[in-house]
Amino acid sequence: MLEIKDLHASAGGVEILKGIDLKIEAGEVHALMGPNGSGKSTLSNVLAGRPSVEVSRGSVTYLGRDLLAMKPEQRAREGIFLAFQYPVEIPGVTNSYFMKASLNALRRHRGEEELDAIDFLELVRAKMKQVEIDESFLNRAINEGFSGGEKKRNEVLQMALLEPRLAILDETDSGLDIDALRIVAAGVNAMRSPDRAMLIITHYQRLLDYVVPDHVHVLSEGRIARSGGKELALELEERGYGWLEQEPGEAPSPQ
Amino acid sequence: MKPLDAARERWISLAEKFAAERADDDAWLRDLRAESLARFADQGFPNTKQEEWRYTRVTPMAEVPFQLGCPATTPVTRSAIEDKASPVFACSLYVFVDGRFEPALSALATRTDVHVESLRALDTAIEPPLGSLVDTKQHPFAALSTALLDDGAVLRVPKGAQVTDPLHLVFVATGSREPRATQPRLFIDASENSRVQVIQDFVSLSDDVGLTNGVSEIRVGAGAQVDLVTIQRENAGSFHFSNVSARLGRDARFSHHNLTLGGRLVRNDLEVVLEEEGADCTLNGLFIGAGEQVIDNHTLLDHAVPHGTSRQLYKGILGGRSRGVFRGRVIVRPNAQKTVAYQSNPNLLLTTGARVDSKPQLEIYANDVKCGHGSSIGQLDQDAIFYLRTRAISEPRARQLLTRGFAQQILAALPVAALTEGLHEPLGDRLAEATSSPGSKP
Repeated sequence: MLEIKDLHASAGGVEILKGIDLKIEAGEVHALMGPNGSGKSTLSNVLAGRPSVEVSRGSVTYLGRDLLAMKPEQRAREGIFLAFQYPVEIPGVTNSYFMKASLNALRRHRGEEELDAIDFLELVRAKMKQVEIDESFLNRAINEGFSGGEKKRNEVLQMALLEPRLAILDETDSGLDIDALRIVAAGVNAMRSPDRAMLIITHYQRLLDYVVPDHVHVLSEGRIARSGGKELALELEERGYGWLEQEPGEAPSPQ
Repeated sequence: MKPLDAARERWISLAEKFAAERADDDAWLRDLRAESLARFADQGFPNTKQEEWRYTRVTPMAEVPFQLGCPATTPVTRSAIEDKASPVFACSLYVFVDGRFEPALSALATRTDVHVESLRALDTAIEPPLGSLVDTKQHPFAALSTALLDDGAVLRVPKGAQVTDPLHLVFVATGSREPRATQPRLFIDASENSRVQVIQDFVSLSDDVGLTNGVSEIRVGAGAQVDLVTIQRENAGSFHFSNVSARLGRDARFSHHNLTLGGRLVRNDLEVVLEEEGADCTLNGLFIGAGEQVIDNHTLLDHAVPHGTSRQLYKGILGGRSRGVFRGRVIVRPNAQKTVAYQSNPNLLLTTGARVDSKPQLEIYANDVKCGHGSSIGQLDQDAIFYLRTRAISEPRARQLLTRGFAQQILAALPVAALTEGLHEPLGDRLAEATSSPGSKP
């Protein structure tokens, strides 16, 4: 589904990704771990198409197409979803208006009929139940005045609504209390399916107790230092990230 | 002769001719016109050397050979009004066509809660007198408007009356090849403990150049509440000068919401005096510029006595090569202790060609007050644009959504919920004009 080759990228003139190779197939859940500043968020931004991140080398192929040539909205329409580490607050635009505009943009692209207000409401209510979000969310401005946990749940709600092919969750677990973490994890698990892939970016092992990954990669200084199965996450939890620098792993080839 | 001087001469002779035609009007009205004309003659048209007019050249307006408004030659239909002045409040609609009250298009049910009269139908002078609430010595356009006073709406709300439906006054410019000028007057006298909501709505039915030079005089009695909404949505060739002057009595509440959605040159002067203790005032504004439009807002809030509260929020959205001005003066007089006055003017520039001048001016002469002001000028948040795009929303649509979000605060604060709802679409159309208006992108 997704193939990243020798990806180099910089932000603000500083090279952050220094040759990433990663392959993700449909149905797989990959976890990407690593210390702060290792480039986790930069990678998610490259995949989602943030204009301020510059790719200097390498390629990203998504469903056989050159992902880097696509605008962010085209990527979203083709099924890529990024759950933001820091969801943006947008005053004056209600969540429901936004989500309906978003869903209908997707549906138009897929050649499906747009949902009217009533059908949309029915659908979104069902999804809100899944992630245990109160209905009052609908009429609030996007993320405005939301607590950290509410923002993250709002991201998971959008993911559930848009049903992406490739979901990238950028530290969706950070800042969550244990109840919120369970809810978010349940939302993510409910989305697991043979034709959907997920890339879970996290700093901690704890989300992976609930969402068990098929593959774990460790990012260090802009490169994937090590790849393995779910047990790698446990090892990191025990030993921290320090040892990676002393014994760098082979250039990763997870598949 | 310089253009402004030539224009002064031309307008004086127009006013003299008008006075001669109206020699049979009541003496009080003739006197008021004559006195106001003298005041206009003293001041003439302002130039940009005057502080109050620094940012706005009135020459483009002064150069147009306007004729005074006369009744429309082509009949105005009800459906045209409903289209241009949507949402129409049908049960309390008062329509003025080229400055004249048009009963055939208006709701005519006799009301007991409020006296609504056409100025031309007044048979005696009113108290307080027309012209007494506006300072025509400092405002040449208000002086000129009064010198040419012809028609308007006089609203008198009896003591304790609660007017539950908003009064919708629509001022229609029909347009003609010879540019026309109108001088609409609104006079509101809200007696003790009364309450009224008024919408004054300015629309054009054609693309012809027009001039609206209006004055609104408002007295809010003790414990009374007046909510006034002004919607300026004339065509892109129109000039609009507006003066709103309000005087607030004890524990009176006054709100003004000014939405500028059209016109070529719009100048809004707003003066509110908190004359007695406990008065409260809200001044909100939303101005959206497109093309080469100039929108100039001047507010003056005068806290003359203690225990007054006021808040102002003016939001500007400037696209194309449009220009906006907000100059907000707040005076807190020496004895006006315990005053609370806040002012805020955030602006959004959609292009590099657009410009806004923001000038808050707090003059505080009392020492036990809470006052604050803030202004900002910025572009759309790039992170927010990206966020929306990652949700399949195109970049132009994302910009549109964010711009609307910026405007929404003012729309949501309108005192009439049906107006918030009903203006959703007209506002969207206007924002689309502003966002698509050429001017190099930032």
